[in-house]
Amino acid sequence: MANYSTSEFKRGLKIMQDGDPCSIVENEFVKPGKGQAFSRVKIRNLKTGRVIERTFKSGESVEAADVMDTDLQYLYNDGDAWHFMDQTSFEQVAADATAVGDEKKWLREQDICTVTLWNGAPISITPPNHVVLKVEDTDPGVRGDTAQGGSKPATLETGAVLQVPLFVDIGDLIKVDTRTGEYISRAKE
Amino acid sequence: MNEQWRPAASLQLLKKRAHLLARIRAFFAAREVLEVETPVLSAAAITDSHLSSFTSHYQGPGAAQGKMLYLHTSPEFPMKRLLAAGAGAIYQVCRVFRQGEVGRLHNPEFTMLEWYRPGFDHYVLMDEVAALMRELLPQALLSDDIERLTYAEAFQRFAHIDPHVATVAEFHACADAHGLPTVAGLGDDIDGWRDLLLTHVVEPQLKGLVFIYDYPASQAALAKIREGTEVTPAVAERFELYCNGVELANGFHELLDADEQRARFLAENEQRKSAGLVEVPVDELLLAAMAKGLPPCAGVALGIDRLVMVATNSKAISEVMAFPLDRA
Repeated sequence: MANYSTSEFKRGLKIMQDGDPCSIVENEFVKPGKGQAFSRVKIRNLKTGRVIERTFKSGESVEAADVMDTDLQYLYNDGDAWHFMDQTSFEQVAADATAVGDEKKWLREQDICTVTLWNGAPISITPPNHVVLKVEDTDPGVRGDTAQGGSKPATLETGAVLQVPLFVDIGDLIKVDTRTGEYISRAKE
Repeated sequence: MNEQWRPAASLQLLKKRAHLLARIRAFFAAREVLEVETPVLSAAAITDSHLSSFTSHYQGPGAAQGKMLYLHTSPEFPMKRLLAAGAGAIYQVCRVFRQGEVGRLHNPEFTMLEWYRPGFDHYVLMDEVAALMRELLPQALLSDDIERLTYAEAFQRFAHIDPHVATVAEFHACADAHGLPTVAGLGDDIDGWRDLLLTHVVEPQLKGLVFIYDYPASQAALAKIREGTEVTPAVAERFELYCNGVELANGFHELLDADEQRARFLAENEQRKSAGLVEVPVDELLLAAMAKGLPPCAGVALGIDRLVMVATNSKAISEVMAFPLDRA
Protein backbone atom coordinates (compact mmCIF):
# COMPACT_ATOMS: atom_id res chain seq x y z
CA MET A 1 0.00 0.00 0.00
CA ALA A 2 1.21 3.51 -0.83
CA ASN A 3 2.36 6.00 1.81
CA TYR A 4 1.95 9.74 2.05
CA SER A 5 4.60 11.99 3.60
CA THR A 6 3.46 14.91 5.75
CA SER A 7 4.31 17.35 2.97
CA GLU A 8 1.58 15.71 0.85
CA PHE A 9 -1.04 16.28 3.54
CA LYS A 10 -4.03 18.32 2.47
CA ARG A 11 -7.73 18.49 3.05
CA GLY A 12 -9.53 15.42 1.74
CA LEU A 13 -6.46 13.12 1.68
CA LYS A 14 -7.39 9.60 2.82
CA ILE A 15 -5.01 7.98 5.31
CA MET A 16 -5.07 4.98 7.67
CA GLN A 17 -5.07 5.65 11.43
CA ASP A 18 -5.61 3.06 14.16
CA GLY A 19 -6.64 0.55 11.49
CA ASP A 20 -9.47 2.70 10.15
CA PRO A 21 -9.66 4.79 6.99
CA CYS A 22 -9.73 8.53 7.72
CA SER A 23 -10.00 11.73 5.75
CA ILE A 24 -7.93 14.84 6.56
CA VAL A 25 -10.27 17.69 7.48
CA GLU A 26 -7.68 20.29 8.46
CA ASN A 27 -3.89 20.39 8.21
CA GLU A 28 -1.70 22.93 10.02
CA PHE A 29 2.07 23.35 9.67
CA VAL A 30 3.54 24.10 13.11
CA LYS A 31 7.18 24.99 13.65
CA PRO A 32 9.16 27.00 16.16
CA GLY A 33 11.73 29.23 14.39
CA LYS A 34 14.54 27.12 15.81
CA GLY A 35 13.11 23.66 16.22
CA GLN A 36 11.14 20.66 15.11
CA ALA A 37 8.39 21.04 12.50
CA PHE A 38 5.07 19.22 12.90
CA SER A 39 1.90 18.58 10.92
CA ARG A 40 -1.09 19.01 13.16
CA VAL A 41 -4.16 17.51 11.54
CA LYS A 42 -7.83 16.99 12.22
CA ILE A 43 -8.99 13.74 10.68
CA ARG A 44 -12.45 12.23 10.27
CA ASN A 45 -12.76 8.49 10.81
CA LEU A 46 -14.74 7.46 7.74
CA LYS A 47 -16.35 4.51 9.54
CA THR A 48 -17.52 6.29 12.67
CA GLY A 49 -17.63 9.90 11.44
CA ARG A 50 -15.74 10.97 14.56
CA VAL A 51 -13.17 13.78 14.15
CA ILE A 52 -9.92 13.48 16.11
CA GLU A 53 -6.66 15.45 16.25
CA ARG A 54 -3.28 14.00 15.44
CA THR A 55 0.22 15.40 15.24
CA PHE A 56 3.00 14.04 13.07
CA LYS A 57 6.66 14.95 13.04
CA SER A 58 7.36 16.56 9.66
CA GLY A 59 8.82 14.12 7.19
CA GLU A 60 7.06 11.08 8.69
CA SER A 61 4.93 9.04 6.36
CA VAL A 62 1.52 7.52 6.85
CA GLU A 63 -0.19 4.63 5.11
CA ALA A 64 -2.64 5.72 2.42
CA ALA A 65 -6.23 4.47 2.65
CA ASP A 66 -7.73 2.98 -0.51
CA VAL A 67 -10.92 4.98 -0.28
CA MET A 68 -13.11 6.03 -3.21
CA ASP A 69 -16.36 7.93 -3.47
CA THR A 70 -18.65 6.55 -6.18
CA ASP A 71 -22.10 7.62 -7.35
CA LEU A 72 -24.31 4.54 -7.28
CA GLN A 73 -28.02 3.97 -7.67
CA TYR A 74 -29.89 2.62 -4.66
CA LEU A 75 -31.84 -0.50 -5.69
CA TYR A 76 -33.46 -2.20 -2.70
CA ASN A 77 -33.10 -3.48 0.84
CA ASP A 78 -33.30 -7.25 1.36
CA GLY A 79 -33.71 -7.08 5.12
CA ASP A 80 -29.96 -7.39 5.84
CA ALA A 81 -28.24 -5.26 3.26
CA TRP A 82 -28.85 -2.25 1.06
CA HIS A 83 -27.98 -2.87 -2.58
CA PHE A 84 -26.48 -0.26 -4.90
CA MET A 85 -25.59 -0.41 -8.58
CA ASP A 86 -23.07 1.30 -10.82
CA GLN A 87 -25.17 2.62 -13.69
CA THR A 88 -22.42 2.18 -16.27
CA SER A 89 -20.95 -1.19 -15.38
CA PHE A 90 -24.13 -2.55 -13.70
CA GLU A 91 -21.91 -3.90 -10.93
CA GLN A 92 -23.64 -4.12 -7.59
CA VAL A 93 -22.39 -3.64 -4.03
CA ALA A 94 -24.19 -4.43 -0.77
CA ALA A 95 -23.86 -2.10 2.22
CA ASP A 96 -24.53 -3.39 5.73
CA ALA A 97 -26.39 -1.57 8.52
CA THR A 98 -23.16 -0.12 9.96
CA ALA A 99 -22.23 1.49 6.66
CA VAL A 100 -25.73 2.80 5.99
CA GLY A 101 -26.33 3.94 9.56
CA ASP A 102 -28.94 6.66 10.06
CA GLU A 103 -28.89 7.53 6.39
CA LYS A 104 -31.23 4.60 5.68
CA LYS A 105 -34.16 6.86 6.47
CA TRP A 106 -33.38 8.98 3.37
CA LEU A 107 -32.86 6.11 0.93
CA ARG A 108 -35.44 5.92 -1.82
CA GLU A 109 -35.20 3.35 -4.57
CA GLN A 110 -33.72 4.71 -7.84
CA ASP A 111 -32.00 7.67 -6.12
CA ILE A 112 -28.29 8.22 -6.84
CA CYS A 113 -26.22 8.17 -3.64
CA THR A 114 -22.53 8.67 -2.95
CA VAL A 115 -21.18 5.38 -1.66
CA THR A 116 -17.75 5.50 -0.02
CA LEU A 117 -15.81 2.33 -0.73
CA TRP A 118 -12.81 1.21 1.33
CA ASN A 119 -10.87 -1.60 -0.34
CA GLY A 120 -13.91 -2.01 -2.58
CA ALA A 121 -16.49 -2.41 0.23
CA PRO A 122 -19.00 0.28 1.26
CA ILE A 123 -18.21 2.01 4.57
CA SER A 124 -20.59 4.96 4.39
CA ILE A 125 -23.47 6.32 2.33
CA THR A 126 -24.29 9.93 1.52
CA PRO A 127 -27.81 10.36 0.14
CA PRO A 128 -28.58 13.21 -2.27
CA ASN A 129 -28.83 16.59 -0.50
CA HIS A 130 -32.51 16.75 -1.39
CA VAL A 131 -34.87 13.78 -1.57
CA VAL A 132 -38.60 13.54 -2.31
CA LEU A 133 -40.47 11.18 0.00
CA LYS A 134 -44.14 10.32 0.63
CA VAL A 135 -45.85 11.17 3.91
CA GLU A 136 -47.19 7.95 5.40
CA ASP A 137 -48.65 9.28 8.62
CA THR A 138 -49.47 12.67 10.15
CA ASP A 139 -52.39 14.49 11.76
CA PRO A 140 -55.02 15.59 9.23
CA GLY A 141 -54.02 18.64 7.21
CA VAL A 142 -55.46 22.06 7.91
CA ARG A 143 -56.67 23.39 4.57
CA GLY A 144 -56.00 27.01 3.68
CA ASP A 145 -53.45 27.36 6.46
CA THR A 146 -50.51 27.69 4.09
CA ALA A 147 -49.36 31.07 5.34
CA GLN A 148 -49.48 30.35 9.04
CA GLY A 149 -46.59 29.11 11.10
CA GLY A 150 -46.83 26.02 13.26
CA SER A 151 -45.78 22.48 12.58
CA LYS A 152 -46.55 18.86 13.42
CA PRO A 153 -44.66 15.58 13.24
CA ALA A 154 -44.94 13.41 10.13
CA THR A 155 -43.69 9.90 9.40
CA LEU A 156 -42.37 9.27 5.89
CA GLU A 157 -42.45 6.10 3.78
CA THR A 158 -38.85 5.32 4.83
CA GLY A 159 -39.64 5.63 8.54
CA ALA A 160 -38.05 9.08 8.90
CA VAL A 161 -39.89 11.39 11.31
CA LEU A 162 -39.66 15.16 10.90
CA GLN A 163 -41.60 18.37 11.50
CA VAL A 164 -43.82 19.51 8.63
CA PRO A 165 -46.18 22.51 8.21
CA LEU A 166 -49.80 21.99 9.29
CA PHE A 167 -51.16 21.85 5.73
CA VAL A 168 -49.23 18.68 4.79
CA ASP A 169 -51.44 15.59 4.40
CA ILE A 170 -50.99 11.84 4.35
CA GLY A 171 -50.02 10.82 0.81
CA ASP A 172 -48.33 14.15 -0.02
CA LEU A 173 -44.84 14.13 -1.50
CA ILE A 174 -42.42 16.42 0.30
CA LYS A 175 -38.87 17.57 -0.40
CA VAL A 176 -36.43 17.14 2.49
CA ASP A 177 -32.88 18.37 3.07
CA THR A 178 -31.02 15.21 4.13
CA ARG A 179 -28.12 17.18 5.65
CA THR A 180 -30.32 18.90 8.22
CA GLY A 181 -33.31 16.53 8.21
CA GLU A 182 -35.61 19.50 7.58
CA TYR A 183 -38.71 19.91 5.44
CA ILE A 184 -38.18 22.17 2.42
CA SER A 185 -41.44 22.14 0.43
CA ARG A 186 -44.25 20.06 -1.01
CA ALA A 187 -43.23 18.32 -4.21
CA LYS A 188 -44.69 16.81 -7.33
CA GLU A 189 -43.42 13.43 -8.41
CA MET B 1 -10.29 34.78 -15.71
CA ASN B 2 -7.40 33.94 -13.41
CA GLU B 3 -7.78 36.08 -10.29
CA GLN B 4 -4.47 34.92 -8.80
CA TRP B 5 -2.73 37.99 -10.29
CA ARG B 6 -4.31 40.13 -7.57
CA PRO B 7 -2.45 40.86 -4.33
CA ALA B 8 -3.52 38.66 -1.42
CA ALA B 9 -3.29 41.57 1.04
CA SER B 10 -5.55 44.59 0.66
CA LEU B 11 -3.89 47.80 -0.53
CA GLN B 12 -4.94 49.40 2.76
CA LEU B 13 -3.04 46.72 4.64
CA LEU B 14 0.02 47.14 2.41
CA LYS B 15 0.02 50.85 3.30
CA LYS B 16 -0.01 49.96 7.00
CA ARG B 17 2.88 47.59 6.36
CA ALA B 18 4.92 50.31 4.64
CA HIS B 19 4.13 52.72 7.46
CA LEU B 20 5.33 50.19 10.03
CA LEU B 21 8.62 49.72 8.14
CA ALA B 22 9.10 53.51 8.06
CA ARG B 23 8.57 53.69 11.84
CA ILE B 24 11.09 50.87 12.37
CA ARG B 25 13.70 52.82 10.38
CA ALA B 26 12.90 55.99 12.34
CA PHE B 27 13.26 54.07 15.63
CA PHE B 28 16.76 52.91 14.72
CA ALA B 29 17.78 56.24 13.20
CA ALA B 30 16.87 57.97 16.48
CA ARG B 31 19.03 55.46 18.36
CA GLU B 32 21.91 55.80 15.91
CA VAL B 33 21.80 52.18 14.83
CA LEU B 34 23.25 51.87 11.32
CA GLU B 35 21.23 50.25 8.53
CA VAL B 36 23.29 47.70 6.59
CA GLU B 37 22.85 45.29 3.70
CA THR B 38 24.51 41.88 3.35
CA PRO B 39 24.32 39.20 0.63
CA VAL B 40 21.24 37.05 0.16
CA LEU B 41 23.37 34.49 -1.70
CA SER B 42 26.16 32.90 0.30
CA ALA B 43 28.77 30.19 -0.26
CA ALA B 44 28.10 28.82 3.24
CA ALA B 45 24.83 27.82 4.85
CA ILE B 46 23.27 27.39 8.26
CA THR B 47 23.98 23.96 9.74
CA ASP B 48 20.91 23.83 12.05
CA SER B 49 19.15 20.59 11.14
CA HIS B 50 15.73 22.24 11.57
CA LEU B 51 16.45 24.87 8.93
CA SER B 52 16.72 24.09 5.26
CA SER B 53 18.27 26.57 2.82
CA PHE B 54 17.20 27.13 -0.77
CA THR B 55 20.09 26.55 -3.12
CA SER B 56 21.05 28.36 -6.27
CA HIS B 57 23.83 28.22 -8.79
CA TYR B 58 26.18 30.88 -10.07
CA GLN B 59 27.95 30.31 -13.36
CA GLY B 60 30.06 32.87 -15.17
CA PRO B 61 33.23 34.93 -14.73
CA GLY B 62 35.15 33.60 -11.74
CA ALA B 63 33.25 30.32 -11.70
CA ALA B 64 33.21 28.75 -15.16
CA GLN B 65 32.33 25.36 -13.67
CA GLY B 66 29.57 26.88 -11.55
CA LYS B 67 29.37 27.51 -7.85
CA MET B 68 26.70 26.44 -5.40
CA LEU B 69 25.15 29.33 -3.47
CA TYR B 70 22.71 29.20 -0.56
CA LEU B 71 19.95 31.74 0.03
CA HIS B 72 20.28 33.02 3.58
CA THR B 73 17.76 31.95 6.25
CA SER B 74 18.81 35.02 8.26
CA PRO B 75 21.53 37.67 7.74
CA GLU B 76 23.23 36.71 11.01
CA PHE B 77 26.63 35.50 9.76
CA PRO B 78 27.64 38.48 7.57
CA MET B 79 26.20 40.94 10.11
CA LYS B 80 28.51 39.43 12.74
CA ARG B 81 31.41 39.94 10.34
CA LEU B 82 30.47 43.63 10.23
CA LEU B 83 30.43 43.67 14.05
CA ALA B 84 33.89 42.09 14.14
CA ALA B 85 35.05 44.80 11.71
CA GLY B 86 33.94 47.46 14.21
CA ALA B 87 30.63 48.56 12.61
CA GLY B 88 29.01 49.18 16.01
CA ALA B 89 25.24 48.87 16.44
CA ILE B 90 23.66 47.69 13.16
CA TYR B 91 20.29 46.63 11.78
CA GLN B 92 18.96 45.17 8.57
CA VAL B 93 15.54 44.65 7.00
CA CYS B 94 15.65 41.96 4.34
CA ARG B 95 13.92 39.03 2.73
CA VAL B 96 15.04 35.65 4.08
CA PHE B 97 14.27 32.20 2.68
CA ARG B 98 13.40 28.89 4.32
CA GLN B 99 12.83 25.71 2.38
CA GLY B 100 9.78 23.60 3.21
CA GLU B 101 7.95 26.10 5.41
CA VAL B 102 4.39 26.90 4.36
CA GLY B 103 1.41 27.30 6.66
CA ARG B 104 -0.81 29.76 8.46
CA LEU B 105 2.27 31.36 10.07
CA HIS B 106 4.87 30.43 7.45
CA ASN B 107 5.80 31.48 3.93
CA PRO B 108 9.08 30.25 2.43
CA GLU B 109 10.26 33.83 1.93
CA PHE B 110 9.49 36.50 4.47
CA THR B 111 10.78 39.82 5.75
CA MET B 112 13.11 39.87 8.71
CA LEU B 113 14.30 42.72 10.89
CA GLU B 114 17.57 41.79 12.55
CA TRP B 115 19.70 43.96 14.79
CA TYR B 116 22.83 43.74 16.94
CA ARG B 117 23.83 45.76 19.97
CA PRO B 118 27.46 45.70 21.16
CA GLY B 119 27.57 45.97 24.95
CA PHE B 120 24.04 44.57 25.46
CA ASP B 121 23.17 41.25 27.03
CA HIS B 122 19.87 39.48 26.33
CA TYR B 123 18.11 41.25 29.23
CA VAL B 124 18.97 44.74 27.95
CA LEU B 125 18.07 43.74 24.41
CA MET B 126 14.65 42.52 25.64
CA ASP B 127 14.13 46.05 26.99
CA GLU B 128 14.86 47.49 23.56
CA VAL B 129 12.57 44.98 21.83
CA ALA B 130 9.85 46.01 24.30
CA ALA B 131 10.48 49.70 23.47
CA LEU B 132 10.13 48.95 19.74
CA MET B 133 6.87 47.06 20.36
CA ARG B 134 5.49 50.10 22.22
CA GLU B 135 6.30 52.20 19.13
CA LEU B 136 4.71 49.80 16.67
CA LEU B 137 1.82 47.88 18.18
CA PRO B 138 -1.68 49.14 18.96
CA GLN B 139 -2.35 50.05 22.58
CA ALA B 140 -4.74 47.10 23.01
CA LEU B 141 -1.86 44.62 22.66
CA LEU B 142 0.39 46.41 25.15
CA SER B 143 0.48 46.28 28.91
CA ASP B 144 2.66 48.43 31.18
CA ASP B 145 5.18 45.65 31.47
CA ILE B 146 5.70 42.85 29.01
CA GLU B 147 5.68 39.61 30.97
CA ARG B 148 8.98 37.69 31.12
CA LEU B 149 8.99 33.98 31.86
CA THR B 150 11.93 31.63 31.82
CA TYR B 151 11.47 28.62 29.56
CA ALA B 152 11.18 26.51 32.73
CA GLU B 153 8.53 28.81 34.25
CA ALA B 154 6.48 28.75 31.04
CA PHE B 155 6.49 24.94 30.95
CA GLN B 156 5.76 24.64 34.66
CA ARG B 157 2.86 27.09 34.46
CA PHE B 158 1.22 25.84 31.28
CA ALA B 159 2.27 22.20 30.92
CA HIS B 160 3.11 21.31 34.54
CA ILE B 161 6.47 19.79 33.75
CA ASP B 162 10.11 20.75 34.34
CA PRO B 163 11.49 20.88 30.79
CA HIS B 164 15.14 20.74 31.89
CA VAL B 165 15.00 17.47 33.83
CA ALA B 166 11.97 15.56 32.48
CA THR B 167 12.66 12.19 30.84
CA VAL B 168 11.19 11.02 27.53
CA ALA B 169 8.65 8.93 29.47
CA GLU B 170 7.60 12.02 31.46
CA PHE B 171 7.30 14.15 28.31
CA HIS B 172 5.24 11.36 26.75
CA ALA B 173 2.92 11.22 29.78
CA CYS B 174 2.61 15.01 29.75
CA ALA B 175 1.72 15.02 26.03
CA ASP B 176 -0.80 12.27 26.72
CA ALA B 177 -2.39 14.30 29.53
CA HIS B 178 -2.79 17.22 27.10
CA GLY B 179 -4.54 15.13 24.45
CA LEU B 180 -1.51 14.43 22.27
CA PRO B 181 -1.50 10.66 22.64
CA THR B 182 0.62 9.54 19.73
CA VAL B 183 3.18 11.54 17.84
CA ALA B 184 4.89 9.39 15.29
CA GLY B 185 8.62 9.64 14.92
CA LEU B 186 9.75 11.61 17.99
CA GLY B 187 11.43 8.66 19.64
CA ASP B 188 13.85 9.71 22.37
CA ASP B 189 14.59 13.16 20.89
CA ILE B 190 14.16 15.27 24.05
CA ASP B 191 14.24 18.57 22.17
CA GLY B 192 11.59 17.23 19.79
CA TRP B 193 9.34 16.51 22.79
CA ARG B 194 10.06 19.98 24.20
CA ASP B 195 9.13 21.53 20.85
CA LEU B 196 5.93 19.46 20.72
CA LEU B 197 4.78 20.68 24.13
CA LEU B 198 5.96 24.23 23.42
CA THR B 199 3.99 24.50 20.18
CA HIS B 200 0.91 22.48 21.14
CA VAL B 201 0.47 23.25 24.84
CA VAL B 202 2.49 26.31 25.96
CA GLU B 203 2.17 28.68 22.97
CA PRO B 204 -1.66 28.49 22.70
CA GLN B 205 -1.89 29.67 26.33
CA LEU B 206 0.39 32.71 25.96
CA LYS B 207 -1.79 35.84 26.09
CA GLY B 208 -0.64 39.25 24.86
CA LEU B 209 3.09 39.98 24.61
CA VAL B 210 5.34 37.56 26.51
CA PHE B 211 9.10 37.04 26.53
CA ILE B 212 10.40 33.53 27.13
CA TYR B 213 14.10 33.33 27.97
CA ASP B 214 16.88 31.03 29.20
CA TYR B 215 16.38 28.06 26.88
CA PRO B 216 17.76 24.54 27.34
CA ALA B 217 21.48 24.52 26.57
CA SER B 218 20.82 22.00 23.79
CA GLN B 219 18.76 24.71 22.00
CA ALA B 220 21.43 27.40 22.22
CA ALA B 221 21.89 27.81 18.44
CA LEU B 222 24.30 30.81 18.39
CA ALA B 223 23.69 31.95 21.97
CA LYS B 224 26.07 31.93 24.92
CA ILE B 225 25.53 29.11 27.40
CA ARG B 226 25.44 30.03 31.08
CA GLU B 227 26.85 27.20 33.14
CA GLY B 228 24.53 25.55 35.65
CA THR B 229 25.07 25.01 39.34
CA GLU B 230 24.25 22.05 41.58
CA VAL B 231 20.62 23.18 41.67
CA THR B 232 20.16 24.97 38.36
CA PRO B 233 20.60 23.60 34.85
CA ALA B 234 22.89 25.18 32.26
CA VAL B 235 20.82 27.44 30.02
CA ALA B 236 21.23 29.18 26.69
CA GLU B 237 21.08 32.98 27.00
CA ARG B 238 18.39 33.14 24.36
CA PHE B 239 14.92 34.70 24.29
CA GLU B 240 11.80 34.67 22.19
CA LEU B 241 9.00 37.21 21.98
CA TYR B 242 5.42 35.96 21.55
CA CYS B 243 2.23 37.86 20.84
CA ASN B 244 -0.92 35.87 21.60
CA GLY B 245 1.03 32.65 21.09
CA VAL B 246 2.57 33.73 17.77
CA GLU B 247 6.37 33.65 17.80
CA LEU B 248 7.63 37.08 16.68
CA ALA B 249 11.31 37.28 17.54
CA ASN B 250 14.31 35.23 18.61
CA GLY B 251 17.32 36.81 20.30
CA PHE B 252 20.69 35.76 21.65
CA HIS B 253 23.30 36.99 24.03
CA GLU B 254 25.79 36.08 21.34
CA LEU B 255 28.35 33.33 21.58
CA LEU B 256 31.81 34.89 21.02
CA ASP B 257 34.09 31.84 21.16
CA ALA B 258 35.13 30.80 17.63
CA ASP B 259 36.22 27.33 18.72
CA GLU B 260 32.94 26.58 20.42
CA GLN B 261 31.10 27.97 17.40
CA ARG B 262 33.03 25.63 15.10
CA ALA B 263 32.29 22.68 17.40
CA ARG B 264 28.56 23.52 17.29
CA PHE B 265 28.58 23.79 13.49
CA LEU B 266 30.31 20.43 13.19
CA ALA B 267 27.97 18.79 15.70
CA GLU B 268 24.98 20.13 13.76
CA ASN B 269 26.36 18.78 10.52
CA GLU B 270 26.67 15.40 12.26
CA GLN B 271 23.02 15.66 13.29
CA ARG B 272 22.12 16.47 9.70
CA LYS B 273 23.97 13.38 8.54
CA SER B 274 22.26 11.08 11.02
CA ALA B 275 18.86 12.58 10.13
CA GLY B 276 19.50 11.78 6.47
CA LEU B 277 19.92 15.45 5.49
CA VAL B 278 22.72 16.81 3.33
CA GLU B 279 25.65 18.38 5.13
CA VAL B 280 26.25 22.04 4.28
CA PRO B 281 29.45 24.13 4.08
CA VAL B 282 30.36 25.74 7.40
CA ASP B 283 30.81 29.54 7.27
CA GLU B 284 34.60 29.86 7.55
CA LEU B 285 34.41 33.63 7.09
CA LEU B 286 32.19 33.97 10.15
CA LEU B 287 34.57 31.74 12.13
CA ALA B 288 37.56 33.85 10.97
CA ALA B 289 35.74 37.02 12.08
CA MET B 290 34.97 35.45 15.46
CA ALA B 291 38.60 34.38 15.82
CA LYS B 292 39.60 37.99 15.16
CA GLY B 293 37.12 39.02 17.84
CA LEU B 294 33.41 39.70 17.98
CA PRO B 295 32.54 42.47 20.47
CA PRO B 296 30.37 41.25 23.38
CA CYS B 297 26.85 41.81 22.04
CA ALA B 298 23.26 40.67 21.81
CA GLY B 299 21.23 40.31 18.62
CA VAL B 300 17.65 39.60 17.68
CA ALA B 301 15.66 38.69 14.57
CA LEU B 302 12.02 39.70 14.27
CA GLY B 303 9.52 38.52 11.65
CA ILE B 304 7.97 41.61 10.09
CA ASP B 305 5.09 39.75 8.42
CA ARG B 306 3.97 38.26 11.71
CA LEU B 307 4.35 41.64 13.38
CA VAL B 308 2.02 43.12 10.74
CA MET B 309 -0.32 40.17 11.32
CA VAL B 310 -0.68 40.78 15.03
CA ALA B 311 -0.78 44.58 14.59
CA THR B 312 -3.70 44.25 12.15
CA ASN B 313 -5.39 41.27 13.81
CA SER B 314 -4.93 39.14 10.67
CA LYS B 315 -5.38 35.39 10.87
CA ALA B 316 -2.75 34.22 8.40
CA ILE B 317 0.59 35.42 7.09
CA SER B 318 -0.80 35.26 3.54
CA GLU B 319 -3.21 38.07 4.48
CA VAL B 320 -0.37 40.53 5.05
CA MET B 321 1.79 39.74 2.00
CA ALA B 322 1.18 41.12 -1.47
CA PHE B 323 2.05 37.82 -3.11
CA PRO B 324 2.43 34.76 -0.85
CA LEU B 325 3.75 31.50 -2.32
CA ASP B 326 0.55 30.51 -4.13
CA ARG B 327 0.61 33.81 -6.06
CA ALA B 328 4.38 34.15 -6.38
